[in-house]
Amino acid sequence: MIETQLPAYIALTFVLFSVLIPLFGMWKKEWVQPLAVAGSGLAATLSIYGFISYLNSGPIRYFFGGWEPPIGIEFVYDGLSGFFVLVINVVAFLVLVHSRKIGPLEFPGKEMPYYALAMLAMLGFNGMLLTGDLFNFYVFLEISSLASYALIAIGEKQAPYAALRYLIIGTAGGTLYLLGVGFLYTVTGTLNMIDMAAMLPMYAESTAVVAALILMIVGIGVKAALFPMHGWLPDSYTYAASSTSALIAPIGTKVAAYILFRIMLFIFGIELVDAVAPLSTIVGVLASVGILYGSIMAIAQTEMKRMLAYSSVSQIGYIIMGLSLANPFGFAGALLHVLNHAVMKACLFMISGNLRMKEGHTDISLFDDSYRKKYPWTMASFTIAAISMVGLPPLAGFFSKWYLALGTIDNGNWLFLAVILISSLLNAVYFFRILEKVYMKNPSSEQKEPSDGVRNEVSFSMLAPTSILAMGLIVIGFMNAVIVGILLDIFPL
Amino acid sequence: MDLSIVPLLAILVSLFAVPFILLSSKKPNLRETWTILAGLIKFGLVLSLLPTALRGESVEIHLFDLAPGLPLALNADPFGVFFAIIASGLWIFTSFYSIGYMRGAGEGKQTRYFASFAVCLSATIGIAFSANLLTFILFYEMLTLATYPLVIHKETEKSITAGRKYLAFTLTAGLLLIAAAGMVYTYTGTLDFTPGGLFTEVDLPQHIMLIIFILFLGGVGVKAGIMPIHGWLPSAMAAPTPVSALLHAVAVVKSGVFAVIRVVGFVFGTDVMASYGLGDILIVLAGTTIIIASLLAFAQDNLKRRLAYSTVGHLSYIVLGVALLTPLGMQGGIMHIAAHATMKITLFFCAGAIYVNLHRENISQLNGIAKVMPWTMAAFTIGSMGLAGIPPLNGFVSKWYLALGSLEGDMIVPLIVLIISGLLNVGYFFPIIQRAYFRKGEGLEKHGEASPFMVVPLFSTAILSILFGLFPNLFFSFFDLASSIAATLFTGG
Repeated sequence: MIETQLPAYIALTFVLFSVLIPLFGMWKKEWVQPLAVAGSGLAATLSIYGFISYLNSGPIRYFFGGWEPPIGIEFVYDGLSGFFVLVINVVAFLVLVHSRKIGPLEFPGKEMPYYALAMLAMLGFNGMLLTGDLFNFYVFLEISSLASYALIAIGEKQAPYAALRYLIIGTAGGTLYLLGVGFLYTVTGTLNMIDMAAMLPMYAESTAVVAALILMIVGIGVKAALFPMHGWLPDSYTYAASSTSALIAPIGTKVAAYILFRIMLFIFGIELVDAVAPLSTIVGVLASVGILYGSIMAIAQTEMKRMLAYSSVSQIGYIIMGLSLANPFGFAGALLHVLNHAVMKACLFMISGNLRMKEGHTDISLFDDSYRKKYPWTMASFTIAAISMVGLPPLAGFFSKWYLALGTIDNGNWLFLAVILISSLLNAVYFFRILEKVYMKNPSSEQKEPSDGVRNEVSFSMLAPTSILAMGLIVIGFMNAVIVGILLDIFPL
Repeated sequence: MDLSIVPLLAILVSLFAVPFILLSSKKPNLRETWTILAGLIKFGLVLSLLPTALRGESVEIHLFDLAPGLPLALNADPFGVFFAIIASGLWIFTSFYSIGYMRGAGEGKQTRYFASFAVCLSATIGIAFSANLLTFILFYEMLTLATYPLVIHKETEKSITAGRKYLAFTLTAGLLLIAAAGMVYTYTGTLDFTPGGLFTEVDLPQHIMLIIFILFLGGVGVKAGIMPIHGWLPSAMAAPTPVSALLHAVAVVKSGVFAVIRVVGFVFGTDVMASYGLGDILIVLAGTTIIIASLLAFAQDNLKRRLAYSTVGHLSYIVLGVALLTPLGMQGGIMHIAAHATMKITLFFCAGAIYVNLHRENISQLNGIAKVMPWTMAAFTIGSMGLAGIPPLNGFVSKWYLALGSLEGDMIVPLIVLIISGLLNVGYFFPIIQRAYFRKGEGLEKHGEASPFMVVPLFSTAILSILFGLFPNLFFSFFDLASSIAATLFTGG
């Protein structure tokens, strides 16, 4: 019984908790964070349950009010959406656990609105993933975006400005997407994704359809921070509170990437995408420019959060490049990278939160080898996440790059292969730079002995999520054959 | 008895030692006991595989899938066992020597040192026993990471620069190897090391084969010190001497040449190498490297740097032997792995003993030291004469087979290269011996022989060189092993 309604329950959980939190928050302020944890925990449990039941008995379609599409609205819990839902809810749960101690420090007195907004943002993200309707997607997109703008604005002094910039660019992106949906609706007369997939081949050469596709790719490209539409991202992630960056960085752009997967591979299908112009190649080229641009900019940064933000631009490029390859290995690599990057980035942003909590800054030039003594576990997690980002086996990051590389070779696309390899090296440059500072005494400094530090590790509620994610990278690395086996089955062709 | 678990245990035993080493950081004697114990057990385990290897059989174990269709699999074939015996056997000598050296030189962070060393050995044995290219890459990258802390051990400006250089070279190499593996997998559908190669069923155009070969060459050539990508090796001499001894004369560089043989004999296959003319490329590169490295060795006053260039030259002996693509040349190359290992480790041990005892590292300072360090210099003489290929040392035996190999292949130039290089070897080693024995030294009055912890290992490895020269089959039937390995690589044709 529960299986058939599960997609709705996941979304409703967040609706419920986004109301509960203000209610209880006015009465007892210290309850809001546990409530948020409970809400996201429930959603995470439901998504794990849902994914297992998907594996056992196939996709779940839930019709709201019992109205079947195309008249009614449906939620579709298939392999693709189920996988994304699972990833974002588990990561969000850990991030919200992690925020317990750092939240009151970075946004004192704003906990209640903060967590209520976090629930709304999660509602938006989950809705975007689950809905089977292109217009409905736009509605959820706006819910998540509005919540994200507000979440980002609750941050440092410059945060509201960064949020405003994001709002303007993001709204433009959303509008372009909506325009595209409008075009498609006039041509096909439906908004349901499954319906549309069946009807589109009849209008393959129609200018309106091609224009719609381009509008949607550009609009969503803004949300996914696809180069060159990434401008809003670095400032937003840098100035937002640590838990916001940890929540939105691994999730927000992924969800946008999801709809690109959905549109390009499932609704249109790659033949249709490339019917008039080689759109998938263009998207792939943009992604690879983004990969290199993000990595190079990351090297140039001296502030860790900003570095991670640029690194996100680069990593989202991997995912979209894998999508543009449109072959099974590229697809599996891209989806595996969705998981890997969510885990790695959440872990890294948590680490930057841990350091901000204790040191009050994350300026890389001020890092020294006392960190090794002061924060042994945080730094061990950083090392694992960094090595995974560089993509060395047996950690998770290696395998997504391996499948992406196989995908590029399959297509004979040597340029993309070179981009993947070069970017790994650039990753090594900006991560080993930090590792060197943290694990070795500064050779040019006067002091002979390594700096001493008393152990000053962050509290358990912060350390546990950080290390769980770091351990997760090892586990994913070793289990990737199982995961990729599942992902290959989802591939639509 | 079922041996299939033994290769796995042989890899894991030194990894298991790591936590014990870390936990007993406050008790140096206990900590070193773990290292020695792990070394002995590892050597015993590897030896237990020898009878099977001598019968020409392999011990295989499939653990789990790293990627769909690509298992993490170990295969202790004769060649792997051959290499594993050398690496694990010499680890025991190095462990004793390290104790003497690290304490004598008063080096810091010894726990990190011994722990990294143990991980390196696991990785090396893993490389020896990898059954397919993906497993191989996993251990190959693990070796890179585990040696990094050893290279930068002193944490001086020089060693950190050396460490960066090391990472830049080896990480790039790793990526090229990944690309090469991806291409092989795409074109052949398998990555299992097979005597005779993987390309027997497929017929690829010349340029594709050339690209794959060059990628491989970049991937394994860095660790094998093939010019012009040898640059990291002399810089890495900034590491403590036992590191140079084991890693840069045995484990790391030998993993490189081991990989060359795996690639030539087990991925391409000797027939394919010959029919695509790939062997000739390798001959030219190796020949040039031998001559240039020998000439550069002359120019070095720093003893360790001279040894480093000598290593570069001798590694290419092995590569040259392989590149000849004749059974005798292959055998000579394989035997030179063992021969160079025992001799070069002796020389590095000597250099370290001189450094710890007399604080001298330049050749121009070595006048008359044979008077105070007779045992050390005797061992040095044996080692250097062996490398010059003077009978009855083991360097002569392998060189003899290399020479026979080039005659067998009707090639005169490699023979001339070998002869010239032999003379150059004499040329750059003899002055050292001449200074030590026949010149009058200064400031040596208060010094005696180095600590027995160093002298006993270095003299033992020197004796090993003589014994292997006189009776190549005395221990472990090395000679028969080498010739049967070489034979399996040619039976196909």
